[in-house]
Amino acid sequence: MIKKILVILITTCTLIVNVYAGSDGELILKKNEPSEIKDCSETFNKASFALNQGLDKIIFKPVSSVYRVLPSPVKTGVSNSLNNLSNVVTIPNNILQGEFALAGVNTGRFLINTTIGVLGLIDVATYLGFNEYVKEDYGQSLASHGIGPGCYLVLPVLGPSTARDTIAGLTNFVGGDAWYNVTVKNDTHYFRDVDYYASKATAGVDFRAKNFDSIENLEKNSLDFYASVKSLYLQDRQQRILNNTKIIETQDDSDWEEIETQ
Amino acid sequence: MKKKLLAFLIAFFSISSVSFSIEPDVFVQSTVNRASKLLGEDISKDEKIEKLKLIAKETVDIKGIGFYTLGAKRKSLNDNEKKRYALLFEEYFLKSFSSRLAEYTNPEIDVINKEKLNNNYTIVNSVLKSTKERPEINIDWRIYTKDPSKPLIRDLIIEGLSLARTQKEEFSSVLSTNDNNIDALFEVLKEFSNN
Repeated sequence: MIKKILVILITTCTLIVNVYAGSDGELILKKNEPSEIKDCSETFNKASFALNQGLDKIIFKPVSSVYRVLPSPVKTGVSNSLNNLSNVVTIPNNILQGEFALAGVNTGRFLINTTIGVLGLIDVATYLGFNEYVKEDYGQSLASHGIGPGCYLVLPVLGPSTARDTIAGLTNFVGGDAWYNVTVKNDTHYFRDVDYYASKATAGVDFRAKNFDSIENLEKNSLDFYASVKSLYLQDRQQRILNNTKIIETQDDSDWEEIETQ
Repeated sequence: MKKKLLAFLIAFFSISSVSFSIEPDVFVQSTVNRASKLLGEDISKDEKIEKLKLIAKETVDIKGIGFYTLGAKRKSLNDNEKKRYALLFEEYFLKSFSSRLAEYTNPEIDVINKEKLNNNYTIVNSVLKSTKERPEINIDWRIYTKDPSKPLIRDLIIEGLSLARTQKEEFSSVLSTNDNNIDALFEVLKEFSNN
């Protein structure tokens, strides 16, 4: 399986090497336009999607249905703590994207929430008036420097991605994620490997629980669930890359305009 | 008397021919209030679905969304296929739309802003208030305002994710896995509506 993923990554790499140094918003928008991203390995992706659906049915759905009935303060605490931990990846990516002020704000947020906020359980920084926290990753940093997404990929267990984001994600395992470094990579005596994997599994359950009804509803009302998930993932990714939730700037209106002339 | 009647008729028709424009944000707020009131009523889910379908028929440009959803394929359909598609899409849309909404009980939506894109479109921004189960959700509405006296909903954009666009890519996938055969899409739509 790993060999197969590697082959797909290498072949799709050729599609994403068109680097544009002076990345401007419009070009990035165009490159990350969901309808333009090819599903080069559809057969593999669909098999992987089916596997993930199976895993969801037997693991994530039952666990998240229990998790979502936990008291709200517990769920909020877990969610805050996971967000706080993700700062160790967000901050270097703020710097890689040239957002130095934001990197400073997020460092402050991380220090306050880890100490006063009891290991991130309480989001004290937000109470103090810090800006809303937005996660960043290495895929977004590459995209912000003009690297295209390459092909759409569905990874076993991990879910939807693109060639660029999968390759960029490997940075986490070669020193780019401080949490991975202190749990798995280095023997610090304070943390164990299981802490890292437990945090990732909890993040998956937290996401599934937050979107429990939406996912059920989408599956029930879709003509093609695979295509729906792909479209929603790529739309969401495009917005995160552009750091823009303003719909007017991320939507291509040409098709709507054409309806007028009919 | 005749003269009076004539004057009255002229005045009546000139008044009635003046169409009043409805502001897109007012239209969205009144539509969500209607739907929200209905969803909070103590009636069965099936009754709610039927009533939601009536609201959708009045306030959503189902035909426009249908042709947008079809993408480039719409250009190659003949008139008969277009008619058949419009009928099947309406059935599919109403079922999908109403059963999605019927899951919610008494949702509270507040319109907060609007942005005019051009004479044909205005984006209305609203917020679905948080509950114990879910956080606050931003919902934007693409309102078709070509006829200002009868604005119509053309898209719902939830947290930046467009439902019309998602639907369009879904239809495109159905077509591409069936050699771009429109009859295959008709079958899938029919099957969805009959289930």
